[in-house]
Amino acid sequence: MTFRNEPATISLKSICFDYSGVQILNNLNLEIEKRDRIGLLGPNGCGKTTLSHIIMGLLTPVSGTIEIFGKRMESEKDFCSVRGKIGFMFQDSDDQLFCPTVIEDVAFGPLNLGQSPEQARQTVKRTLRSLNLEGFEERVTYKLSGGEKRLVSLATVLAMEPEFLILDEPTTGLDEQTTERLVEILTQSELGYMIISHDRDFVKRTTNKLLQLKDGQIYQADNLS
Amino acid sequence: MEMEELAVGKSWVHGIDPRLKIVIMLVFSILVALNNNIHVVTASLLLSILLIVTARLDVRFMLRRLGMVNGFILFLWFFMPFTASGENIYSLGPIDIKREGVHQALLITIKSNAIVMMGITMLGTSSVFSLIHAMSHLYVPDKIVHLFFFCFRYIHVINDEYQRLKNAMRMRGFRPRTNMHTYKSYSYLVGMLLIRSFDRSRRILQAMKCRGFRNKFYILHHYEMKKFDYAVAFSSVAFAVFILVLN
Repeated sequence: MTFRNEPATISLKSICFDYSGVQILNNLNLEIEKRDRIGLLGPNGCGKTTLSHIIMGLLTPVSGTIEIFGKRMESEKDFCSVRGKIGFMFQDSDDQLFCPTVIEDVAFGPLNLGQSPEQARQTVKRTLRSLNLEGFEERVTYKLSGGEKRLVSLATVLAMEPEFLILDEPTTGLDEQTTERLVEILTQSELGYMIISHDRDFVKRTTNKLLQLKDGQIYQADNLS
Repeated sequence: MEMEELAVGKSWVHGIDPRLKIVIMLVFSILVALNNNIHVVTASLLLSILLIVTARLDVRFMLRRLGMVNGFILFLWFFMPFTASGENIYSLGPIDIKREGVHQALLITIKSNAIVMMGITMLGTSSVFSLIHAMSHLYVPDKIVHLFFFCFRYIHVINDEYQRLKNAMRMRGFRPRTNMHTYKSYSYLVGMLLIRSFDRSRRILQAMKCRGFRNKFYILHHYEMKKFDYAVAFSSVAFAVFILVLN
C-alpha cells in the first residue's frame, strides 16, 4: 500500500495495442511515481519500445487510458503539453541529434518550450557543464563518437528540465567507460526514471525496481527467474 | 564523404556574411546569364578568377569541378558552330563553320565558367549549414529551408548505411557484373536504403516531437552585417551597375 498526496506521474490502465493483428500489449496496467527508478526488461519485440511510445503519445493505443501528472491524455495537444516534462531518449542517437552543432541541438528543446535564445544559451551551458561536456558547443553532431553522441542526446533531454526520464536502450553500443559515466550521471541525479534495457547489470546498478514485460503485461521481475 | 572542402579557410571571402554571399551569387548569375556582350561577360569571368585567387582556393580542386561543367559544354562545340545560320568563316570540305555559332558557343562557355566559379567561391567558402541558416534569414520559404537542412544532415547517415550494406554484400562475395543477379542485388540495396531512410525520418520526427517540436523552428544564431560586409555589398552593387551600364 502506498500513501500519496500527489497523483502518479504516469498511470496506464488496461492498455491494448496491436500491430497489424498481432497483439503486443494486452490489458496492461502500470503506475509510475515521480521518484521511481524502474528497469523495464523483456525479450526483443515484446513491446517495450511500443509501451514507451504510447506513454509519450507517439502511438495511440487501441483501448485503455493514459494519465500523466493526473491529467487524462486524449489528444496530441494533451501530449504536447507534457512532453517537455517527460524526457525521452531514443535508442539511436542519430535519430535524436538532428542539428548541425551540439549547441543548437541542446537548445532545440528549450527554444520549443519558449525560452529566448539568450536563456537557451544559458541552459545549454548549464546542462553541458553538469554532464562534463564543456566545450562541446560548436562540435558537429554527426562527427561525434558513439559515446559522445549518447551523452549529448542525454543533454538534449535534460536541457528541457524534465521531471521524469524514459531511456530506451541507453547502453546499446556504448563502451565500458561511457557506460560507467552514464551509471554515475543517473545515480547522482535526483530525477526518477524508467530504463528500457537488455543490459541486466546496468539496470541493476541504476534502478531499484525491476519490471518485466511479458505476454503484453507487466510483471514484477523479482518474482521471475 | 566530404562536401565542404573549401569551407575552412581564413581569406576575406570566407569572412563575408553568408546572407550577402547568397545575394551576390544570385544577382551575379542573373546579370551574367542575361548578358550577351562578350566584353562584359569576359570581365565577369576575370572578376570570378580574381576572387578565386584572392580567396586562395585549391586550384586543382577548382579545375576538377570546372572539368565536369566543361564536359557538358564541349558538346555545344560539336554542334553550334556548324548549325547556326549566317556568315561563313571557314569551310571544312562540305562543313561550314559559322561566325554566329562560334560566337554563341563562346558566350555560353564564358558565362557558365564565370557563374560556376563565382558559385564555388561564394557558396563553397561557407559551411552548408551557415548557408541554410542564411536562407531562412533571407525569408526563403520554411519548407525549402527544412528540405535542404534535413537532406544535408542525413546524407551522411544514409551514406554510412549504404557503405555498410555494400560492405556486407562484398563480405559475402558479391562482385558487380553485368547480369541479372547484380541488377537485382543493387535494386534490393536501393530499396532497403529507401525504406530505412523512411523509417529513420519517422523516428527523427518522433524524437523532435518528444522535445516539444510544434512545426516551428527557432533560430539560435543571428547574423550581423559588419563594416566589411557593407564594403563588399557596395562594391558588388558598383559592379552590377557597371555591367548594366555597359549593356
